[in-house]
Amino acid sequence: MTTMTSTAPAASTKTPHTSGGGRRWRPGRVLLYVALTIGAVPTMLPFVWLARSALMNDNQIFIAPPEWIPNPFEWANFSGALTAQPFFRYFVNTMIIELVVVTGTVLTCSVAAFSFARLRWRGRNVVFALLLTSVMLPYAVTLIPTFVMWRSLGALDTFVPLTVPAWFAGAGGGVFNVFLLRQFFLTIPFELDEAAYIDGASPWRVFWLVIMPLSKPALVVVTIFTFIGVWNDFLGPLLYLSDESKYTLALGLASFQSVYTAQWGYLMAASAVVIAPIIALFFFLQRYFIEGVTLTGIKS
Amino acid sequence: MAAKKSRLSGQGRLESRWGIILAMPAILGFLIFTIGPMIASFFFSLTDWTIGGRPSFIGLDNYRTMVKDELFWKSLSVTAYYTVGAVPLGLIIGFALALLLNQRVRGLSLWRTIYYLPTLVPAVASAVLWIWIFNPDFGLLNSLLRQAGLPTSQWLYSEEAVVPSLIIMSTWGFGNAMVIFLAGLQGVPRHLYEAVSIDGGGAWQRFRHVTLPMMTPTIFYNLVTGVIGTFQVFNQAYVMTQGGPNNASLFYIYYLYRTAFTESAMGYASALAWVLFMVIMLVTFLLFQNARRWVYYEMAGAR
Repeated sequence: MTTMTSTAPAASTKTPHTSGGGRRWRPGRVLLYVALTIGAVPTMLPFVWLARSALMNDNQIFIAPPEWIPNPFEWANFSGALTAQPFFRYFVNTMIIELVVVTGTVLTCSVAAFSFARLRWRGRNVVFALLLTSVMLPYAVTLIPTFVMWRSLGALDTFVPLTVPAWFAGAGGGVFNVFLLRQFFLTIPFELDEAAYIDGASPWRVFWLVIMPLSKPALVVVTIFTFIGVWNDFLGPLLYLSDESKYTLALGLASFQSVYTAQWGYLMAASAVVIAPIIALFFFLQRYFIEGVTLTGIKS
Repeated sequence: MAAKKSRLSGQGRLESRWGIILAMPAILGFLIFTIGPMIASFFFSLTDWTIGGRPSFIGLDNYRTMVKDELFWKSLSVTAYYTVGAVPLGLIIGFALALLLNQRVRGLSLWRTIYYLPTLVPAVASAVLWIWIFNPDFGLLNSLLRQAGLPTSQWLYSEEAVVPSLIIMSTWGFGNAMVIFLAGLQGVPRHLYEAVSIDGGGAWQRFRHVTLPMMTPTIFYNLVTGVIGTFQVFNQAYVMTQGGPNNASLFYIYYLYRTAFTESAMGYASALAWVLFMVIMLVTFLLFQNARRWVYYEMAGAR
């Protein structure tokens, strides 16, 4: 847990090879910030467009050239959009799925990662390598038989097909989490396990009382990315849920869009509501996000 | 020593029992949700089967049909077109901004947040937002173009412009690649730069002879994941264009989805899935082959 706080001071102390040493505003630096700003404008513009449209009434939204400041601020778009379809129901459904999937993924993935990282058993590395191949597999290949399977089990139009695979180490792409956690577990000193075993602990106790408490950063990363995966998943709910009262937010938003095609105020308000929680999550847990993306990118 | 050994062998039994138990969910998941469906999918692809009916074995007929199926070729070319446009563009923009951010920028985390934010937008919300941005009459893009006195476009409603439109939209998500690039850049050893400086090299030499070669593994990683990802685009086609106009955005997975779940042709759709699998494997293989020529691994052969 202490590993990631130590990087910041190290960078500021070692500046031997900058010739001036001072922070004078050389033309190059100015140009740098100009370039960064030029990049930031088109990046942020869609967000501005989203916000301004979400707060405009229809009279103003269809003015050309476009206006940027809503007048009046049409907050009613939010209440209108959110009651036009049962978005609160969609939110509850999404959160139910989130709860089951995130718990299942974190638990079964870390258990498997512990086994692959810290317990010696015959065939371990072969099995692990085999599991990893499924990361490369396009989801389309397993899509149809999986659907057929759930259909024959009578699980269509329930949350079962969307949640149960998570309890098998995420299944498919979720294997990536096992990989990530395993890499993290490998960095924990093995002496800790040894000591616990000498005290008569079982592997389960080592996992639960030694490894897990030391792995919070990695577990948070897996939690965040699993949460976002569920929040964003569209194809899964589209395939398996047909009763509108069971829709998730992503599916609900798509269906909303197909009904209210030209109600841009409503559509943007609803989109903003679906986007906002993820952005909020990001601001609260920012360092874990960057950590996570970096972790996924570096050792692969 | 002997005592330790006997402890370890008892320990060994304990570990292997627990090891298998704890790995079991992952192993079962692999069998039930990956290998099983994969094999089933192959057998389905050899049948003529509408859901609800009985599958009848037809050998390789589905694959033969595919060769003459115009929509199959269309969807493959649309998807390839999108990949060839979106992946390099995303890599270049992501890399360029990572390079800028690596120049000891003040407020680094603020800039990084700005550029990373679009990648957080859920796919469906992003699709809805961009339909509005691309709206030919009152959308953001045409409004700006009109105000600047530039020619406008029908964007999603034009056969020629629809895929380029979606490519533009995809570049909005360059932040992911950028963050990975940035991490890679921060891992380039400083002493290499110093060595170039001592030899009298300037910024360009440092970039050309240190940054670029040291970054090739990261570039390669982003390239491979980018290609695999863009080959599997679905949401944009479903939410934004329904494959149109006139099949100009008939992405492969969207065509597969339509075949399987609208036309209920499960057998043919399974064949489509297997061909996609093979195409992705082939492309990945070629990328890896090609990588030997340009990707620099410090400890070649070590991994």
